Amino acid sequence: MSVQAWTLVTITLSFALYIGIAIWSRVRTTEGFYVAGRGVSAVANGMATAADWMSAASFISMAGLIAFLGADGSVYIMGWTGGYVLLALLLAPFLRRFGWYTVPDFVAARYYSNTARIVAVIAAIFISFTYVAGQMRGVGVVFSRFVGVSVEAGVLIGMVLVALYAVLGGMKGITYTQVAQYCVLIFAYLVPAIAIAFALTGVPVPQLAMGGVLPRLDGLSQELGLAPFSEPFTSFSRINVLAITVALMVGTAGLPHVIVRFYTVRTVSAARWSAGWALLFIALLYTTAPAVAVFARYFMLSTLANQPVDAVASIDWVANWMRTGLITLRDANGDGIMQAAELFGTGGLTASIDRDIVVLALPEIASLAPVVIALVAAGGLAAALSTASGLLLVISSSIAHDVYGQMLRPDSSDAERLRVGRIVIGLAVFVAAYFGIRPPGFVAEVVAFAFGLAASSFFPILVLGIFWSRTTSQGATAGMIAGLLFTGIFIILNRSQQIFGTDEPLIGSFFGIGAQGIGSVGMLLNFLVTITVSFFTPAPPAHVQSLLDRIRETRE
Amino acid sequence: MSRSSEDSRVHWRNTLRRTALLLAIWSIAGPVCGILLVDRLNGLQIGGVPLGFWVSLQGSIYVFVVLIFLYALLSDRAERTGH
Repeated sequence: MSVQAWTLVTITLSFALYIGIAIWSRVRTTEGFYVAGRGVSAVANGMATAADWMSAASFISMAGLIAFLGADGSVYIMGWTGGYVLLALLLAPFLRRFGWYTVPDFVAARYYSNTARIVAVIAAIFISFTYVAGQMRGVGVVFSRFVGVSVEAGVLIGMVLVALYAVLGGMKGITYTQVAQYCVLIFAYLVPAIAIAFALTGVPVPQLAMGGVLPRLDGLSQELGLAPFSEPFTSFSRINVLAITVALMVGTAGLPHVIVRFYTVRTVSAARWSAGWALLFIALLYTTAPAVAVFARYFMLSTLANQPVDAVASIDWVANWMRTGLITLRDANGDGIMQAAELFGTGGLTASIDRDIVVLALPEIASLAPVVIALVAAGGLAAALSTASGLLLVISSSIAHDVYGQMLRPDSSDAERLRVGRIVIGLAVFVAAYFGIRPPGFVAEVVAFAFGLAASSFFPILVLGIFWSRTTSQGATAGMIAGLLFTGIFIILNRSQQIFGTDEPLIGSFFGIGAQGIGSVGMLLNFLVTITVSFFTPAPPAHVQSLLDRIRETRE
Repeated sequence: MSRSSEDSRVHWRNTLRRTALLLAIWSIAGPVCGILLVDRLNGLQIGGVPLGFWVSLQGSIYVFVVLIFLYALLSDRAERTGH
């Protein structure tokens, strides 16, 4: 059977599974729709959180980013997993203790104000749409390469599927499809990695096999005039590595669609354990990704570098990806030979190979069986769809629960709110589909900005709200607005070439920190503004202290 | 379910102490060894890989997983015995 036939089989089977789960997990109450009736077990929630949290960027782009950035790719590895620790220790148990449905719920109760709720709702919706755009682009790339339909058709198929199980099952449907999607994506990621590790070193554990390939890769890189792969600070300066890592860490901890997952378990203790399970499931992929990056770069350098352009173009997998436009052989110096620098775009050259294809192309590069290639396609879709559905639920609950249920129509019935929730999630799916067809940038970059925005808005006021009882409503609102405006404006000015079509970026860096790391400065600014304004405004009312006493009491 | 406010204060102080200790380990395993000291650690090797490189792309994750499970375990134990 051909790759395309296998791909259709794996995608059809996995989609049938998701639809089956959606029909089985229909819900009839808002509690079921927003928090899955709070009946999810710790391990199941761990798997669902892992799928929710690992996006198309984690599955499709991350190993490729590391393959191109070298050791500095650690910003994604350490940033995303390290942030999870902050989430598990500083937020998850207390927000679970608080209960309710959404992050803006907590903000509104803790900061005794609907203004704070509105700012939180806007931040949640803004972050979620930015992030969903990246997922949709991932769906489009997979469909156009592996199924042979247009990107538009691919996005629409994916969106109809998500709409089906999100509208029917709400959080409950999303939770159990995410469990299934985790199983699909981790299987799809590990099978080719193990096969390649075994082929290269005879050791079937990618994490260990990496040690066998890295010295060869470092040597080969130096022969070809590149920096050794394991040398740090070749792609980013040290200050940028630190800033990006911190921004991704606190951004992860502030992502509303991950936080609400902890509302779905029964007890505070279960919330703590499910955080551990989630990171364990995430670590399976995250410790494999650097190994995949090392293998992929080694394969590409050893087969493509210093070969004639015609010979490179006639290799099967290169030809396949050239048809999608994701490989364009750029012989910058016109000598008819593809140098390593021309392939990977070092020294100011534009890369010939798009980094997003590394994971998707690796099974072809290593000549694995067509069924493995098809499996990777299904895994990429699972990663993108699971994250998209979690985000769409946040958008839906922010509008239907926070705006409609709490502010516009506080006296509306449960059935009414459920209907509005279903309608909003249906509409949000269409907006997300539009972003998928007209993507605003490449996957990981867009996602990194969502993290910067989350870092500079939610994280400081949530942490201060729990740990410092003096934090006032005015302080938190001012802090969120300051952090969000600073980070948003910096990113827009920094990307002015892409956004406004200016010749040069309107702003280059902030004391050496670029757009990806700026969220960490926004976060500090948010902390500073929140604390300062809190000191100069009247202390919170007495009922806030009793709320804090209640959420800090994590014993049942 | 009513507990004295003194009892709740002790519980909260224990929670803070536990959190601070685990986050201190977190910052050493992550940003300190993985970024600030990475070049110095690269002088050592672990299984064919420079140690700093290994910490920043592998080792720190293992520590993070252990830290979260440790937090769940210690919190459960403390809450069962009273604080």
